[in-house]
Amino acid sequence: MSELPLKDPAPADDAADGEPRPGRIRKPVGWSMIVIGVLVAVSAALVYRRDGINGVTEILTHDLTLFGGILPRVLAGCLLGAFIAEILPHEKVSRSLGPESGLKGLLIGTAFGAILPGGPFTAYPVASALLTVGADFGATIAMVVSWTLIGYGRAVVWELPIMGTDFTVWRLVISLPVPVLAGALGRFVYVRLYPKGAPQ
Amino acid sequence: MSALIVDIILWGSVAALAVIALQRGRLVLTTSVREGTMDFINIVPRIALGVIGSGYIAAVIPSEVITGWLGPDSGWLGVLTAVIAGAVTPGGPVVGFSLGAVALKAGGGAPQVIAYVIAWALFAFQRLLLWEIPFMPARFVWFRAAVSLPFPFLAAAIAMAIGKP
Repeated sequence: MSELPLKDPAPADDAADGEPRPGRIRKPVGWSMIVIGVLVAVSAALVYRRDGINGVTEILTHDLTLFGGILPRVLAGCLLGAFIAEILPHEKVSRSLGPESGLKGLLIGTAFGAILPGGPFTAYPVASALLTVGADFGATIAMVVSWTLIGYGRAVVWELPIMGTDFTVWRLVISLPVPVLAGALGRFVYVRLYPKGAPQ
Repeated sequence: MSALIVDIILWGSVAALAVIALQRGRLVLTTSVREGTMDFINIVPRIALGVIGSGYIAAVIPSEVITGWLGPDSGWLGVLTAVIAGAVTPGGPVVGFSLGAVALKAGGGAPQVIAYVIAWALFAFQRLLLWEIPFMPARFVWFRAAVSLPFPFLAAAIAMAIGKP
């Protein structure tokens, strides 16, 4: 895709902000889409064979409603990611979330993931933006894992009503150390896997 | 209700960042909005396929198969089964929790169900393909999934040790 227009350097006070941001990865329809597409087609055919056309339309209406509901949030998530990539000073991010940020970086990533509003449509664009502006794999892993495991959004909206309070609370407590541990493990493996820095 | 709060926080954050961007200059604001909108346009077809399709995938997955092997006496084999089951359960916000709830009701052991829910949250295969790969560098996604592998087991071990929930 050719949308890398001449991006005038942003007029920022910080010199590091002046560099044009490298374009984010936008892949055309790839194999992951094809895999999912085939899975969906086969599953829909099986539902049709089992439940007839009514079963198919029932699921379709339900999922269309769901889709309509999350669409605005997807937009919000994409905007959030874009703003963060544009606004956050690269230098500061690499200092507080970069490879040298230590335990503090992992804790910041964890806290950030836990308070991040929205669903996957927020978390992944934001995580991707953090990688772009200088966070390392470890801190970003801590953030993503924290968002999936202890993010309040999913726990409150979905887990609490479905799984019950007792289970949810204990599951959360047990999950508390996991983001930092996963981030630390990520760092540990990363420096051994790529001792000379990230391959491009 | 809680969904409304999440929406308010979400759009509030967007608005706050937009104000900051505007203070940095109009260009920063317009660039961000354009980038974000392009991301959105690129991502919508994938999400359409995923959200509208995952209902069908969930409908044909036999839940007894997923939940039947997770009894309290299934021990570490049950935990391993739970982790694999979590990985193959479709993403989506509801499916994993619903099956987890079914497993609990059907007499599944708490450590096994914890392992199941956490494995599903960490590396449900469909979510990796559908949500993570489109948004993030593929190398990061696989790396993160690989690094996450031990943690459902760790969580199950903690649950066994403290005897909760």
